[in-house]
Amino acid sequence: MSIYFTKEHEWAKVSGNLALVGISEHAAHELGDVTFVELPPVGKQVKQGEVVAAIESVKAASDIYAPLSGKVVRVNSVLDEAPEQVNESPEQAAWMLEIELGDPAETGSLMSKEQYDAYLKTL
Amino acid sequence: MQLIFEQSVPGRKGVMLPASDVPRAAALPEGLRRAEPAALPELSELDLVRHFTNLSRRNFSVDTHFYPLGSCTMKYNAKVLENAAGLFSPLHPLTALLPGGSDLCQGALGMLYDLGQMLADVTGMDEVTTQPLAGAHGEMTGMLLIAAYHKAKGNKKKYVVVPDSSHGTNPASAAMVGYEIITIPTALYGDMDLELFRQAMNNEVAAVMMTCPNTLGLFNPHIKEIADIAHSHDALMYYDGANLNAIMGKVRPGDVGFDVIHVNLHKTFGTPHGGGGPGSGPVGVKKALVPFLPMPRIVHDDDSGQLRVQTDSPQTIGRTANFFGNFGVMVKAYAYMIMLGREGLIEVSEQAVLNANYIKERLKDYFELPYQQTCMHEVVFSASRQLEHGVHAIDIAKFLIDKGYHPPTVYFPLIVKEAIMIEPTETESKQTLDAFIEVMIEAAKLAESDPTAFAAMPVSMPVTRLDETKAAREQNVCCVG
Amino acid sequence: MTSHYCPHTPQEIREMLDAIGVASIEELFVPIPPELLAKTFNLPPGRSEFETYARMQELAADNCSQLSLFIGGGFYDHLIPAAVDHLAGRAEFYTAYTPYQPECSQGTLQALFEYQTAICRLTGLEVSNASLYDGATALAEGALMALRATNRSKLLVDGCISPIARQVLATYLSNLEVEIVALPPLDGLLNRQELAAQLDGDTAALLVQYPNVFGCVEDFSPVAEQVHAAGGLLVTAVYPVALGMLTSPAEIGADIAVGDGQSLGNPLSFGGPSFGFIAAKKACIRNMPGRIVGETVDKNGQRGFVLTLQAREQHIKRHKATSNICSNQSLCALRGLIFLSALGKGGLAELAQLNRDKAEYAKSCLARIPGVTVLQSAPTFNEFTVSLPKAADQVVGALLAKGIVAGLPLGQYFEGSQNLMVVTVTEKRSRKEIDLLVKELEVALCN
Repeated sequence: MSIYFTKEHEWAKVSGNLALVGISEHAAHELGDVTFVELPPVGKQVKQGEVVAAIESVKAASDIYAPLSGKVVRVNSVLDEAPEQVNESPEQAAWMLEIELGDPAETGSLMSKEQYDAYLKTL
Repeated sequence: MQLIFEQSVPGRKGVMLPASDVPRAAALPEGLRRAEPAALPELSELDLVRHFTNLSRRNFSVDTHFYPLGSCTMKYNAKVLENAAGLFSPLHPLTALLPGGSDLCQGALGMLYDLGQMLADVTGMDEVTTQPLAGAHGEMTGMLLIAAYHKAKGNKKKYVVVPDSSHGTNPASAAMVGYEIITIPTALYGDMDLELFRQAMNNEVAAVMMTCPNTLGLFNPHIKEIADIAHSHDALMYYDGANLNAIMGKVRPGDVGFDVIHVNLHKTFGTPHGGGGPGSGPVGVKKALVPFLPMPRIVHDDDSGQLRVQTDSPQTIGRTANFFGNFGVMVKAYAYMIMLGREGLIEVSEQAVLNANYIKERLKDYFELPYQQTCMHEVVFSASRQLEHGVHAIDIAKFLIDKGYHPPTVYFPLIVKEAIMIEPTETESKQTLDAFIEVMIEAAKLAESDPTAFAAMPVSMPVTRLDETKAAREQNVCCVG
Repeated sequence: MTSHYCPHTPQEIREMLDAIGVASIEELFVPIPPELLAKTFNLPPGRSEFETYARMQELAADNCSQLSLFIGGGFYDHLIPAAVDHLAGRAEFYTAYTPYQPECSQGTLQALFEYQTAICRLTGLEVSNASLYDGATALAEGALMALRATNRSKLLVDGCISPIARQVLATYLSNLEVEIVALPPLDGLLNRQELAAQLDGDTAALLVQYPNVFGCVEDFSPVAEQVHAAGGLLVTAVYPVALGMLTSPAEIGADIAVGDGQSLGNPLSFGGPSFGFIAAKKACIRNMPGRIVGETVDKNGQRGFVLTLQAREQHIKRHKATSNICSNQSLCALRGLIFLSALGKGGLAELAQLNRDKAEYAKSCLARIPGVTVLQSAPTFNEFTVSLPKAADQVVGALLAKGIVAGLPLGQYFEGSQNLMVVTVTEKRSRKEIDLLVKELEVALCN
């Protein structure tokens, strides 16, 4: 399993042709207390960089962009009732959706953990 | 304080209705009758009066506290305006549309007609519709007019351009009319980046929405050039009139290239804000857009010398609200305008700008001032220096509440980190401004000497800081009972 | 100093200019390029508040405000308890703004929470916002909300909805990719055959109104089931005073209810300001437009109120917001709350009964005039439609000269309806006024 990041602060954990998707610790901290996660319907086809979900906190709203193209095969419905998990465990328990990859080679355009940490320092 | 519903005693009444002087009608069939009367509060008139009087005392307001809420123009609302509005309360709007009905409301129609003319003069526009009910409603009406204009010309337009400092209503209004948004960043000099604007413009742009002075309180010296660029692509210029209080008699948006404007009567023209509304957002347009104005319109009949109501025209966008707009608000704005007159309105803008610059100069040593130039009617500071000590703009806001001041707008515009946006307005005395300045300085000093003191504030209000996360997660928006 | 609303003395202005470091006020306007300065500005000179008030009295005197109103059409001449003016006239309410700072705005926030509760109880639905502009724009917002909630693009609109509100709806949606299908009225009622033919899997919602523009009240429960079976929503526009008697939107099965709050303690005031209300099932809350007040606690666990779910709104979500609305009609909503609280549970029912009693009396008297027939297709509340033996416009014009507004002629709104007129009778019309209307109408029909 490898973990990748986007400039929009999503992460993707890829194993085989599946990728779990969520938002980074940094993003969760910036948003503040998360109050709502809007998840896509299972079966939705998404392209890399397209809006796939949305997240709201008390004072902010932001879109979640698909880090990789493919089909949404699973969503984390626990977040409907417990959006606070995004603040408590953004990179583990609060995964948002799982994508069945259309083109695994797209990971080439994403950042590694080290690259993402370096990127955060530039912000 | 108890909710009014919690004070209810079954069978009690707050008002007695007149006895019936007609026979009782047969009951409605069962499927049309509600099973139970709505569970409204039941209490005596005195208890009702106490409840709302005590509730009112839990508010800061212009009449009780200095209220320098940036972008909202919380000026004093002259009392005579309230008296004037009551003179027109029994008029039914449909009367004006009946045969012979307009003769019975010439005073009301005349007031609306004259108000339109005066607003056209202030803004440099050709015609005004008073129909829009608030600023954002005016924006949407303006966008519909622009869409109709382009449609009539056969133009294919897809985008509306807004600077990133704009009010959120601008992109939201354009989106409600089906446009996609192009956002232009603000340059280091505090205005929309001219070069990026030039690059972004194309023939599919329907309109450029600007606030001038912008939400940083700065007048854009390139506004004419921006208008020329927009017009070269047959894009129209939309003026968000939220900040008109800065420039009355100084600049007329219509003269500098704007084609459509909305005016917030509740900001610039002295009508009260009502705890969130009603406002009023008349829209002014240049000649080319007149054919698309919404119906009904008041027109002068040269033959009879009377005012008439026009209910249809071939190219109208239709209606964005019922009739002539928030009439009661317009009565107040009209009275305000005739009372202040030409010189008075010029003085309003001059002193609004004087007051903002006075605050700017006296506070700039204590708070970060991201844009240094002379401001117009409002000034935007940042709490970034205080943040170094862990004190946020919101903490300073809560400090001010304890000192008896309504806080300025905080965290807007979004492009200034920890923004504190102060709009004093022209109606505040130097003594009030000086006292406010001293309290702001005290806040800046406290941020250095005892930054942890802010966390508990405010302490003088009925409630301390409220848990907004809990409210958003639980969504208790009505009292279940 | 030219006006007492700008308080500085010349001496103070001097001191302030010195503090700023400029020589004159003109210097503060230097950022404006000189070629952009206004060349004309022609407003008349100002005057004192006394002369201003006198001018406003003159304008008011140029209106006829002593008319006997039998016209409604969405704007109703109802009694307003004195407490409404006095309490909403408290400056702590009317000179405040949107309660962005909750600790010093608990008065407005709690009142709006109570308003939302009153609207929920009146409609039977679970959530309400803190007000919209008016009933017509609330209908448009209700339609947009249904489009978002269902992710569909077709609206079925009952032709019995107020034609003015339908025009506003059409204008709001005119530049969006939404298909609006108008269902032409059948005998003053929803055309159910046409509904069955048009209702499909693309239909986001059916929009209906009760009582409708003809005054008719019909049972929409079966229609609600039909619409739900097709995966759509039912949006009902309602007259809140009528809900003192009529089935609530929730009892019918409506998903969204909207209406105009003018009749709840707001004067006619030539059509505004009033307020719009919108209530819905809880599942729709994130698609609601406008401000919503929510209950919470402070640091000490004490109850308090805040603006909530703001991430739906334009100041955060900008072009992706549920609506562009910012200012609403808060003070008018407060008047609505005070009105409903003064009448209370029994009072609103009593008021509704009075309205229906007066209207039924007028209906029976008018029906006895030779040549006048009353539309009988459904029961009515306080409005009903009559057919006259000649053009309604002409009759209304004749009675206007006698100080009576006899009703709303329908000719300009519905084809072939030149002789139809809607008569409205609220609790404010005395038996004497009704009898005079009948008498004068008889005279007008003879001439």
